Amino acid sequence: MSEDTPIAVTGLNHWFGTGEARKQAIFDVNLQVKRGSLTILMGPSGSGKTTVLTLMGCLRDVQDGSVNLMGHELNGADRAQNEALRRRLGFIFQAHNLHGSLTALQNVLMGVQVHGLPDRQTQHDAARHALSLVGLADRMGYLPANLSGGQKQRVAVARALVGNPDVIFADEPTAALDSESGMTVVKMLKKLGQMRGTTTVMVTHDDRILELADRIVTLEDGRIVRDTAPYHE
Amino acid sequence: MSRLLQWLFGRLPIGWLQLTHSRPRFAAALAGVAFANVLVFVQLGIMNSMATATLKPYEFFQPDIMISASDANSMSEGGNVARQWLFQALADPDVTGGTGLFIATVDWARETDNLALTTYGIDPTLPQFLSPAMARKISSLQLQNAGILDMFSRGLPREEAAAIRPQTPASFEVSGTTLTLYDTFQGGGGFGVDGYMMVSDQTFLTLFPKRSSAAPDHIFLQIARGADPDVVAARLRGAISDKTLRIRSFAQAAAEDQSYQQTERPTGIIFGFGVIIGILVGIVIVYQVLSTDVADHLSEYATFKAMGYPQQFFLGIVFEEALILAILGFVPGFFVASGLLVGMKAATGLPLAMTTTMAVMVFIGTLVACSVSGAIATRRLATADPADLF
Repeated sequence: MSEDTPIAVTGLNHWFGTGEARKQAIFDVNLQVKRGSLTILMGPSGSGKTTVLTLMGCLRDVQDGSVNLMGHELNGADRAQNEALRRRLGFIFQAHNLHGSLTALQNVLMGVQVHGLPDRQTQHDAARHALSLVGLADRMGYLPANLSGGQKQRVAVARALVGNPDVIFADEPTAALDSESGMTVVKMLKKLGQMRGTTTVMVTHDDRILELADRIVTLEDGRIVRDTAPYHE
Repeated sequence: MSRLLQWLFGRLPIGWLQLTHSRPRFAAALAGVAFANVLVFVQLGIMNSMATATLKPYEFFQPDIMISASDANSMSEGGNVARQWLFQALADPDVTGGTGLFIATVDWARETDNLALTTYGIDPTLPQFLSPAMARKISSLQLQNAGILDMFSRGLPREEAAAIRPQTPASFEVSGTTLTLYDTFQGGGGFGVDGYMMVSDQTFLTLFPKRSSAAPDHIFLQIARGADPDVVAARLRGAISDKTLRIRSFAQAAAEDQSYQQTERPTGIIFGFGVIIGILVGIVIVYQVLSTDVADHLSEYATFKAMGYPQQFFLGIVFEEALILAILGFVPGFFVASGLLVGMKAATGLPLAMTTTMAVMVFIGTLVACSVSGAIATRRLATADPADLF
């Protein structure tokens, strides 16, 4: 299952809060994501798409149901197992979350060093290459404060890609980008899927990029209400 | 620096980069650590000087055993000791000689100020009870009303002290007696007195007619070569009839005097508390810096957690920052405190100085205090939840 289906979600339920304030946010979600595909999660605010993303990305503990990520069951996984799995993932956040004290190159290096690559030169070469891929070869020494919103997001993309992740989880990665940059980023993710088999799951409201999706999953009130592959049918 | 730390840690020196990202804040943090260091150094310097001043008179003499009254917590405190105990002690086969030591304070009323001199009355025919340096100076004390003076007495101009030679003695009046100073020796002012003076026991009794030759302040004993002073002292405690006497080796008496000054006298306790307060101030400052820094970078730490960095990585960053603050804060603290101690020494005449032991002790203490602060600050790391990033 894990070879062709790196993500398999079965009967997933999730609650927030405790006691009387406890409220169910996800209801019996079932989802299987194919290797190398670009899957977009859509839905209105509060529909549960980000919760599903964080559960699949082992950023939250699975309370009920099953999430199988690259052959590993996340329900009941301990912290060390989650940490080890996360090193095989790439995350792109809406707010980019670059470290303000580190240059663009150093931020991307953080994505390499977590894998413990053999030597400093190899790490730097990988980071430089990733920054070149996102068109920031001339901004490597810049601190995030000196980069535009789009440039920061591209650094965040380079940081997510530099470790050659098996799966990329992205939350509104194009929100801070202009139309052209947004398309460039998503095309890059799509190309990675085709070339390396990297699987991407993305939460977005951006209609401009829907045509690149292999699959569009729509959630409402914590349930999957639509699951289509409109541009591939 | 960044490259050095990267080489040391084998990763990006994130702690260093975070700290130096805001230079004014970094400078303020270092100033805080340096300030705590200065506090501790100054208090330790004063405590050290107290110890040095306490032990200074012990350097003038070299008996093996000292017999003192029961209330003699320090050399200059306590009642008299009857000379008859000296004779009883001499009955011990290992005791080869003994003498009495008289102590009192002489006020030298000068034109501009008044010098309080701790004055020792000794038998000038028994130089073996004195340190070699002192023994070389005492021949003039065989003259009646003669004395030798501490050249480092507080308030005594150095040129005036240097001018006191056997060929050019200086005189002053003490209780109607003219005392003539023929030479000087190296002493130094303490917390209670301005300096020291050495006279013969006969001159001492002239200066203090109410004192009796039969009741010196302490009795000094010399023992046979090879005998253990502690063993002989223990034997004497059993043999001498007055069981209230303190019969100790001279080294033990000095150690007990120092301990008394530092742990039982108010001044020692106050300066000891000063050291503790300095350490606490340092811990609070570093904790404040580190916990603020952790709070400021929670989202970055959460991002790194999401990327798979383990908890040790974050602890490493906080301890890296703690070590940087400790080391870089120590350096200015050391130099400022050294300067302050030099200035205080010049102003007070007290033996204040930065010592290697103090520097090493405070440096290690700073590392420990900063690490403790770092350990407390790491509790805030738990609040960095990667799920909150989405």
